[in-house]
Amino acid sequence: MFNEFALEHAWLIPLLPAISFVIIGMVTRSYGKLSAAIAVSMSTISFLLAVGVTLAVVAGNITVDAPFVQKLSWFHIGSVNISMGVLIDPLTAMMLMVVTTVSMLVQIYSCGYMEGDPGYGRFFAFLSLFAGSMLGLVLAVNFLQMYFFWELVGLCSYLLIGFYYYKISAREAAKKAFMTTRVGDFGLLLGILLLQLTFGTLDFMELQQLVPIYVMHGGAGFLTIIALLLFVGPIGKSGQFPLHVWLPDAMEGPTPVSALIHAATMVVAGVYLVGRAFFLFSQLPAVMTVIAWLGGFTAIFAASIAITQRPIKRILAYSTISQLGYMMLALGVGSLTSSFFHLMTHAFFKAMLFLSAGAVMHAMAEEADIFKMGGLRKKMPVTFAAMTIGVLAISGIPPFAGFFSKDEILAAAAQVSPALYILATITAFMTAFYMARLLFVAFMGQPANQEAYDHAHEVGWFMRVPLIVLSVLSVVSGIWAHMAGFDDWVRFGVPAHEGMNLMIAGTSTLLAVIALALAWKVYVAKSWNADALAEKWGVLYQLSFHKFYIDEIYAALIKFFVDGIAKVLYWIDVHIVDGIVNALGGLVRAVSEMLSPAENGQVQSYAGVYLFGVIVLLAYGVYYASKLMAMLGGAF
Amino acid sequence: MNFAVISTEIFILCLGLFAIVMDLVLPAKESHKSIGAVLIFALTGWFLYMFTLYQGPLNPMEPEAMAVIADKFFYQGMYFVDNYALFFKQMFILATVFTMLFASDYVQSVLRYKGEFYALLLMALLGMCVLASATDFLTMFIGLELMTISFYILTGARMSSKDSSEAAVKYLIIGSVSTATMLYGISLVYGATGSIQFFEVCRNPHLFFPLGIAGITMVLIGFFFKLSIIPFHMWAPDVYQGAPTPITAMLAMGSKAAGIAAFMRALYVAFPMLGMYWLPLLAVLCAICMIFGNIMAMKQKDVKRMLAYSSIAQAGYMMVGIIAADTAGMKATMFYAVLYVFANVGAFAVLAVVEAQKGSTTHRMMNGLAQSAPVLAAVMTISLLSMAGIPPTAGFAGKLYLFTAVVDQGYLWLAFVGFVMSMISVYYYLLVAKAMYLGKWDGSKLNISGTTRAAVVLSVLATILIGVWPEKLAELTNLAANTFLH
Repeated sequence: MFNEFALEHAWLIPLLPAISFVIIGMVTRSYGKLSAAIAVSMSTISFLLAVGVTLAVVAGNITVDAPFVQKLSWFHIGSVNISMGVLIDPLTAMMLMVVTTVSMLVQIYSCGYMEGDPGYGRFFAFLSLFAGSMLGLVLAVNFLQMYFFWELVGLCSYLLIGFYYYKISAREAAKKAFMTTRVGDFGLLLGILLLQLTFGTLDFMELQQLVPIYVMHGGAGFLTIIALLLFVGPIGKSGQFPLHVWLPDAMEGPTPVSALIHAATMVVAGVYLVGRAFFLFSQLPAVMTVIAWLGGFTAIFAASIAITQRPIKRILAYSTISQLGYMMLALGVGSLTSSFFHLMTHAFFKAMLFLSAGAVMHAMAEEADIFKMGGLRKKMPVTFAAMTIGVLAISGIPPFAGFFSKDEILAAAAQVSPALYILATITAFMTAFYMARLLFVAFMGQPANQEAYDHAHEVGWFMRVPLIVLSVLSVVSGIWAHMAGFDDWVRFGVPAHEGMNLMIAGTSTLLAVIALALAWKVYVAKSWNADALAEKWGVLYQLSFHKFYIDEIYAALIKFFVDGIAKVLYWIDVHIVDGIVNALGGLVRAVSEMLSPAENGQVQSYAGVYLFGVIVLLAYGVYYASKLMAMLGGAF
Repeated sequence: MNFAVISTEIFILCLGLFAIVMDLVLPAKESHKSIGAVLIFALTGWFLYMFTLYQGPLNPMEPEAMAVIADKFFYQGMYFVDNYALFFKQMFILATVFTMLFASDYVQSVLRYKGEFYALLLMALLGMCVLASATDFLTMFIGLELMTISFYILTGARMSSKDSSEAAVKYLIIGSVSTATMLYGISLVYGATGSIQFFEVCRNPHLFFPLGIAGITMVLIGFFFKLSIIPFHMWAPDVYQGAPTPITAMLAMGSKAAGIAAFMRALYVAFPMLGMYWLPLLAVLCAICMIFGNIMAMKQKDVKRMLAYSSIAQAGYMMVGIIAADTAGMKATMFYAVLYVFANVGAFAVLAVVEAQKGSTTHRMMNGLAQSAPVLAAVMTISLLSMAGIPPTAGFAGKLYLFTAVVDQGYLWLAFVGFVMSMISVYYYLLVAKAMYLGKWDGSKLNISGTTRAAVVLSVLATILIGVWPEKLAELTNLAANTFLH
């Protein structure tokens, strides 16, 4: 009963948070607690509706092959008809669950975390707008609707990264995020426009029918270009190399924002887009190869940076980039299932890791450097427990969630390309190492800063409950989904029924354990000196610590090209454009000056000018008349 | 003969005579404002009544329609009152009413002969009405002379001012030259075709002979003089500057519009066959007017003189519609003439106040007007912006119609010249605004009488109303243009 209702009214899921945004933004902004109550209750209802939708999908015969679609005409220009609506299949249902769960928990967490902030109401307004936009994106029936919400989540990200707008670094980070992702969005828009030109429709269901026919008849050449352009959008939004630079800086936003947007939901929009348009990408092997390798490279690249970073959120940010690379890799090797499985587990444990990091920073007076923490496990047992679960989950230790999803990705990669498999396995090893490093340095050992340590305390219930809920999810979501047949549910084409490959699972688990042990040796037992190691691996350490100088390279490129071109254009503007304009003005004035003496007040000269005019006109008249006569040839 | 056809002219003539009689009857010490008040009421009433005279579109194929059309002729086809004529006459009456409204203080304080001012203004108005209806060259010439001679006298009405007398004499001399040219042209046309009636001239093939073309050229020159088209414009700055300000206003809006009315009728009725001859000529002169009128206006220190040059440019803009030579162009020209009336009333009413109370109208006198008389400064600014064609004033709508019409006929370059020169014109129009708003205020206050206030407020309201909602006026001009000669 409720399921039916939820399914029929799925459009309410994004609408409710949007309404909450409007109410908070227009009316209750200055009443922080009331705004928070509105936002949380709206997202709770959204969550319940999402549960209803999911149950309906499970119970009813809604599969990826037979989705539930509701749409109405949005606008039409000429012969182009664009509709807006909801498309619900298992993919959507899963995303709805992930987004509503995480966003509800993060909002509850924020009630405690943002306590006392002057922008309390504003924060909840933005969070609500984000939730609405993201849910709208997930439910989109066509590329344009998706692009619309895609841009909206980009806007929310901008607003929330720059939430502490009085901090220069926050403003800069917000700008950087917006502009970098815009680069990607431009490609996406071009791709969408080309799709419309080629197929005359942007509707997912229609395209799904049309694309295979097109490929069969016309080949894949042009479609490859379209797909690559489309993929530029996810590169920007999901922080893939080389557009990943904005994501670490995005940590300037409040920590709940990092958890919600820059770890669990928005950044996976790119993965979702590729998944949603998998009917297109899967037809194009060349594009799939690009996606797989770019994802794999991003995964290992970001992991190698994360190893040397010191701020807690920055480590998590690079870990996010790395895990997103994993998801892309999975898509690239054709395993939609494993990619989305990992998307879901990652959303839970990464959100929890971020929220734990937030709790730590909250306790330590906004201290971010892990090497200035230490020994926190005694002061913050709940957070420590949550963090430990998160680290085990992301490292892929059974039976935690990450183990199952990561194992599926590795298995899928191994089937397609051994090279990719090795790449992914090394990444898994590195991941386990740097996550363990984070955990051990921050929570074990002796306090590095005694004063801050004395002030540290366990967080309040608003923040504790979401941590606990997410911990539970991080433990059970993997095995539960694995048992419940996630493979049958979220899939593309025929379900790939594979048992667990014990060889692969065993290898990765073994490597993860070794990595954990290694980290223990270095950071807890101090058998090896970390600084000495850094010294020894000097060049590599510096490269990693400075994030391979990507930011610096970009800055130099921008300085050279953009600033250089700007200088040239400025010179042209000042000296040539303005020069022409000023010269024209001067010319007009000079002519005016020159003509003034003609008007000398002498009536005889006026008459002279008049007669001159008469003679000129008469001359013209006579000339015309003679020509006319010649033409008519004396016909009169 | 159907005298009802010329009821408007008869009414105006009676009013003129009434003004002269009243002037004699009233004691010399008595204020003569009452004459103005009576005339304003009478003319306004007639103006409103004239709306009932418009004739809906007719189908010339039907016999009754022919009868209706024939009924609008007076005296053997010499005089014709179609919607087009009605429209222009209404415009002239409107201009006269507004001029009288804001002139009443000026007349009372500056002029020596007050009753004559009104009587002569009405005679000029009568001449304009004749021009709008004339369908033969002689009637047209009489209308032209009636109007022009009245203006000669009115230009010199400021007996105490040397400038005024000088302007009157210059106007008379150059005006006589032009009259002679035109009359000579008419005689040549008559010599070539044997007729002075528009309808017959147009049918006569002898018009194509050099004799006919020379005649046409000289007739055109007579009109060019009236419209102050370069190079027949030399009189305009001196006369505009020297004449009493209300008369300058009438010269700019009334005399020019009357010239346009007769000019269009002569071109489209008498010389349509020779379009190939006069269209390029007009286009070139029109461009010259728009370019040099605007350029020369830039350096002027006196606002009245500046407006004289600007009116040369404005004549160029109105010619744009004539060059389009279709109903859209006619409509655009008529539309523009009306909004130009309102813009001129606004600008010159302010200048009349400044001139009457400060003695002259240089830029220096405009300094700080925003403080001494904020209403006047606002009115001046809006009126000038309308002349420059800035939205949402009427000038924008007017220029839009003009340029659309001419571009449709293929004269893209002309529209381009018009656009560029409109931009340049903003410079000198805004110089005045700059003086009024940023200039140093000398602390003096200006008195504004109720009638002046009424004139400026009404004109500005009309300027903005037409700019925002041009529909009604556009419909009326459409009707007048579509039923031309019906």
